[in-house]
Amino acid sequence: MKRFAQLLEVLALTSSRTRKLAALTQYFRDTPDPDRGYGLAVLTGALNFANVKPALLKETVLAEVDATLFAMSYDYVGDLGETIALIWPHHGGTGELPSLTELIDLFNTTSKRDLPKLIGGLLTRAEINERWALVKLATGGLRVGVSARLAKTALAEMSGVELQAIEEVWHGLKVPYGALFDWLDGKTGRPDIDQSARFHPLMLSNPIDEERDLARLVPEDFAAEWKWDGIRVQLVMGAGTVSLFSRTGDDIANAFPDIVDNAQGRAVLDGELLVGQDFDPGSFNDLQQRLNKKVASARHLRESPAFIRVYDLLFDGDVDVRALPWSERRARLEAWFAANPQTRLDLSEVLPFADWDDLARQRRQGADEHGHEGVMIKLRQAPYVPGRPKGYWYKWKRDPNVVDAVLMYAQRGHGRRSSFYSDYTFGVWKGNEIVPIGKAYFGFTDEELKLLDKWIRTHTIGSFGPVREVKKELVFEVAFDSAQESARHKSGVALRFPRISRIRWDKPAAEAATLADMAVFVAAT
Amino acid sequence: MLLDRNLHIRAIDTFIDPSVPRERAIITHGHADHARSGHGAVLATPDTIAIMQTRYGVDCAGRFQALDFGVPLLIDDVSITLYPAGHILGSAQVLVEHKGQRVVVTGDYKRLADRTAQPYELVRCDLLVTEATFGLPVFQHPLPQTEIARLLKSVRDNPERSHLVGCYALGKAQRVIALLRDAGWDAPIYLHGAMLKLCGLYEELGVTLGDLRPALDVPRADFAGQIVIAPPSAIRDRWSRRFPDPMVCQASGWMSVKQRARQALVELPLVISDHCDWGELQQTVHETEAATVWVTHGREDALVYWCRQQGLEAQPLHLQRFEDDGGEEAA
Repeated sequence: MKRFAQLLEVLALTSSRTRKLAALTQYFRDTPDPDRGYGLAVLTGALNFANVKPALLKETVLAEVDATLFAMSYDYVGDLGETIALIWPHHGGTGELPSLTELIDLFNTTSKRDLPKLIGGLLTRAEINERWALVKLATGGLRVGVSARLAKTALAEMSGVELQAIEEVWHGLKVPYGALFDWLDGKTGRPDIDQSARFHPLMLSNPIDEERDLARLVPEDFAAEWKWDGIRVQLVMGAGTVSLFSRTGDDIANAFPDIVDNAQGRAVLDGELLVGQDFDPGSFNDLQQRLNKKVASARHLRESPAFIRVYDLLFDGDVDVRALPWSERRARLEAWFAANPQTRLDLSEVLPFADWDDLARQRRQGADEHGHEGVMIKLRQAPYVPGRPKGYWYKWKRDPNVVDAVLMYAQRGHGRRSSFYSDYTFGVWKGNEIVPIGKAYFGFTDEELKLLDKWIRTHTIGSFGPVREVKKELVFEVAFDSAQESARHKSGVALRFPRISRIRWDKPAAEAATLADMAVFVAAT
Repeated sequence: MLLDRNLHIRAIDTFIDPSVPRERAIITHGHADHARSGHGAVLATPDTIAIMQTRYGVDCAGRFQALDFGVPLLIDDVSITLYPAGHILGSAQVLVEHKGQRVVVTGDYKRLADRTAQPYELVRCDLLVTEATFGLPVFQHPLPQTEIARLLKSVRDNPERSHLVGCYALGKAQRVIALLRDAGWDAPIYLHGAMLKLCGLYEELGVTLGDLRPALDVPRADFAGQIVIAPPSAIRDRWSRRFPDPMVCQASGWMSVKQRARQALVELPLVISDHCDWGELQQTVHETEAATVWVTHGREDALVYWCRQQGLEAQPLHLQRFEDDGGEEAA
């Protein structure tokens, strides 16, 4: 437990991804089985104790601590788990804590009646950082800034096995991942799991280079589709179970019962998750609302029904078709749809086009009239290859929209940038005042960042904690993909993917955009 | 009452740690939220007077009267005695006696041993006016030696990084340096400019701190594996850019709360406090045998609630204070 507690502390306190990764890699390297497997399960949220709940811990503490003093303390600390760890009044006792494996076993096998005594005893024996880790372990919800993907990346670093290969087997594995670690250590072969019932890493596209690529590529060799503004998902319809994975292999089926409960047939499908009535995609914002919920509410299911716009087929029934060319997979996909009528899945249409100029025209029109993000171009002969292979799939995004906005607030960044003001809020004119329309991180060279940092420090007119308000004098050229109405912003407008493309040292703030100028972009969505 | 709720001793028209200029003031210690400049006459320990004059100038009060620890001073029929508070060098508790009534104003205090401050002495009294900076049961300070051991382990484990330790310039910085020396760290310790004068004064007053150097004109690479002491505000600001891949540390009692450490972008929190933790506050209330307790500075409500549970008469003071530079970071 000591090692795991130390790991959690490092993860909680460093904001650097590199350092988190190094700490995880070292933990997996140094920790024996099955402890490291349980550690992995805790980090990836794969463990859940039926009887150990926050309420039980609170009850255990309130048997020892005055309720009013506990309430005052909780009010101050703000985190229940941390309050419990800090306030526990008894210390000492005999020897080290049990190992992570033994602890998990104790949590799972101790009766509800005896749990308070067990937990109290453990808290008394633990050192302060162990106590914190113990409470985090018992209550779940680590909040140490580690995604399942980061944990898997550490496994890849530790073993030299590719991340993709780990993701391929991931969803067929069981805690404490003995088969996985044996494979990663080179003791056995790759774990054998049902190929048609698990996540398969996705094939990704490369951005097109208009000048170089279009001159070289033959239009007849390619098929085109709209680029949809949702999230990429994989629907795995195995024998008896349906799973829905995000592009990084996180299982998001619980948030989308409308899809998994209504899917018919067997296949592994690749497509875009969207929300909207009658297959008419709504805004990304609507989708975001549903993604934010681990479990969908009745209102969400009614008002923002989800569907998948399918564009590829990886397994037809339980036959792996990934080696077939796109054109054959597409034909099979259309046949599969004909044989398996769906209510929550539809086909992404293939766009006919004469040549690249014609497609460029359609792409512009789609962006202006329907707010499409752009088009995808896929080589008809391409097999389905996980990762980002060159020459097969291209994304051709719409030209970004651009607006000149005024810097309003700046905030210090994290890690290497913690001494720089590198996080900016900007706005546009609304009458005589400037109202915020978005926020973006720094995207310039170090030299520009220094200049900007200096400008902010010499033009500060107020500070609120880590945030500085500056004179409304500096203009940023802000590029963004689209604009949407937003009740959360004072301006009523929210930008999607804003990034600062240039600092306009030359431009007076009076010439920046107005809210009326923004209306054009909102209307196009 | 001998002392009113503004810490005013009416019989001799003298205030303890007043936050605005007064004719006569007794100053418990040199931190800016207790020691202000501009008083007519100041009564304090010799060390506190030296600290005030170093920080604010020799003329920062109309006149100074030094009073050694444990020596009663009779003014009219009121007796004043200063006792060590263990908080920083020269810090004192004030015992006020009048017609057999005993009042103790603790100022800031701690009960753990610290070779940079005169050790705390228990003073029995009828009315105890105690601080409560860490007056919640979640504050259980670990031994500072274990925190210094964590710092030194981190220095060993990360030889390519420099460790910037955020410390309040008066008291905390010198204590951390002394703890490092006592743990065997003999290498030069680099200081932010704001630390130099006060470290020099501590040395002059007999607190040895070893090889201290200004963190100026040192090649960047030479800071790898070194320890640098700076005010908390400097370690995350432009000043810190001169160090290679700095590990941001902070020495403060607040650092026990991880959420706070995270908000402050601290990577290695060191729970080293110059104040009592919850247990020591309780212990002090018991041991002074005071029947009445006034609580000031910090989380007053919890300690007042607990005192009343013990059957004591207890009140929060809610004194208006000017935050010392660095605010809570100093504690």
